[in-house]
Amino acid sequence: MPPAILIQQVSKNFGSTRALDKVDLEIQPGEFFGLLGPNGAGKTTLISALAGLVRVDAGSLSVMGHDVQSDYRAARRHLGVVPQELVFDPFFSVRESLKIQSGYFGIGDNDDWIDEILVNLGLASKADANMRMLSGGMKRRVLVAQALVHRPPVIVLDEPTAGVDVELRQTLWQFIKRLNQAGHTIVLTTHYLEEAENLCNRIAMLKDGRVVALDTTEKLLRRFSAHALRLRTDGAMPDDLASGASESAGWWTLPFDSFDEVEPLLARIRAAGCRIESLEISSPDLEEVFIRVMQGSHQGQVN
Amino acid sequence: MRHGGFTTLFYKEVLRFWKVASQTVAAPVLTALLYLLIFSHVLEGHVKVHGISYTAFLIPGLVMMSVLQNAFSNSSSSLIQSKVTGNIVFVLLPPISYLEFFAAYVAASVVRGLVVGAGVLFATFWFAPLTFAEPIWILVFAVMGGAILGSLGVIAGIWADKFDQLAAFQNFLIMPLTFLSGVFYSINSLPPFWQQLSHWNPVFYMIDGFRHGFFGISDASPWLSLAVVSACLMVLAAFTLNLLKRGYKLRN
Ligand SMILES: Nc1ncnc2c1ncn2[C@@H]1O[C@H](COP(=O)(O)OP(=O)(O)OP(=O)(O)O)[C@@H](O)[C@H]1O
Ligand SMILES: [Mg+2]
Repeated sequence: MPPAILIQQVSKNFGSTRALDKVDLEIQPGEFFGLLGPNGAGKTTLISALAGLVRVDAGSLSVMGHDVQSDYRAARRHLGVVPQELVFDPFFSVRESLKIQSGYFGIGDNDDWIDEILVNLGLASKADANMRMLSGGMKRRVLVAQALVHRPPVIVLDEPTAGVDVELRQTLWQFIKRLNQAGHTIVLTTHYLEEAENLCNRIAMLKDGRVVALDTTEKLLRRFSAHALRLRTDGAMPDDLASGASESAGWWTLPFDSFDEVEPLLARIRAAGCRIESLEISSPDLEEVFIRVMQGSHQGQVN
Repeated sequence: MRHGGFTTLFYKEVLRFWKVASQTVAAPVLTALLYLLIFSHVLEGHVKVHGISYTAFLIPGLVMMSVLQNAFSNSSSSLIQSKVTGNIVFVLLPPISYLEFFAAYVAASVVRGLVVGAGVLFATFWFAPLTFAEPIWILVFAVMGGAILGSLGVIAGIWADKFDQLAAFQNFLIMPLTFLSGVFYSINSLPPFWQQLSHWNPVFYMIDGFRHGFFGISDASPWLSLAVVSACLMVLAAFTLNLLKRGYKLRN
């Protein structure tokens, strides 16, 4: 099977802004892939290039083996995109919008699937409401629904949870996870790193139009972030421990790799005559990885 | 059930104007009716063209002017609205070819033009004895004129980034072309210089040919008008298709 998404040496300039700089990315069918990066990193530009909304200056992109330029019909049939901007057509109701979108993809009778999407996104009661009457979060749900009308094997969501309440986030991710389990490839951008950490099996980080990190979520977490003991003591930290630790606001952070190391660490603190007042164990998190990668890429250290 | 890129986009474009028919159909019919009442009141009895009463002469001109202006409005305002609000992505994401895109917007423009034209005709033909000498010309020129202005509307809608740019296109190109085309007068009544100039205005041929369908007489031969209008349509269609193929402004 061809890769779900294949991006090769893609560059794109907007005037003097280099939005994408020789990006290479290969995403396999069935992956749940995270595309992360700060504002202006080039995430939306990359998605737009994939969807044929912008033409790139160099390189090539394909969806399920179909080039987005030369074989655009097949490429677009295989791709569903939820745009970042909250757009809607004020002339139509929710159901009309979805029927029209189905028609664009050549699907005449799509009522059953449309009903299923509406139910799954909690839109059933709004089906016949005009788009203008919906709240922002509801409009966002319709955008998701519109991207799914043609059951695309590859689904790209550009910040689908921006400005969306907790409940929708839960239902949205449940639905997307089910689609992923059913074989759909999912690509997601978000600024909520916890979301990405929980959902994505693999993550690429973009900065200034370049891929600065690309690995499985697990490996990224392990490579750039460790478990740590966070504790407060009544005395000073022994020197040999303090050198590998950091302190802020009275809390010491002592990184460790394996839980076997915890007891010896505590024993050494006790042996130095300190009493532990409070203690917690922190796990690696993507936020820390993200910050380290973004700082590291300044000095060109990462990948 | 409708489906397919062209069919659905065409249907959506027709539905779009039909949902606000009071603005897109009723209002232009009323405007044309006002023109008729004012001009015929002032000029009836003073002017005869080709031996036809002025009001009868004026009606086909107003009908065709409405066809043309509304065809332009339909594609241009739909496109600029979609661009400004961003919902143009719904049309750009699906597998719709640039040919289907063009055909759908132009066809919907023609429909809007014909609907408004029919409305104007219905509202005005009570006011003067009107004949339908060669009705095939009426239909041919209405459809082709609508398609030309629909195509111009696509160009303007794609080119303009803001509503005021579109308004400039309309005020400085479309309005002068339609008003200076013999809607309100026969160009034979103009001084020679303006007569010459009018012969360079393609809209003159649309209206003249259209009027020929009613009265069987016109300033120019309907065949010449047909040739000019066909050539015009082909050039504009080719130009617009090229813009769309390159993704000019839409895919950048
Ligand atoms: N149409 C455009 N014209 C000019 N510059 C653009 C255009 N679109 C994007 N850019 C620029 O390209 C760069 C990448 O923008 P992009 O929207 O892809 O970032 P992003 O990663 O999606 O950011 P965010 O997280 O804020 O959505 C930015 O510097 C942006 O200013
Ligand atoms: Mg973005």
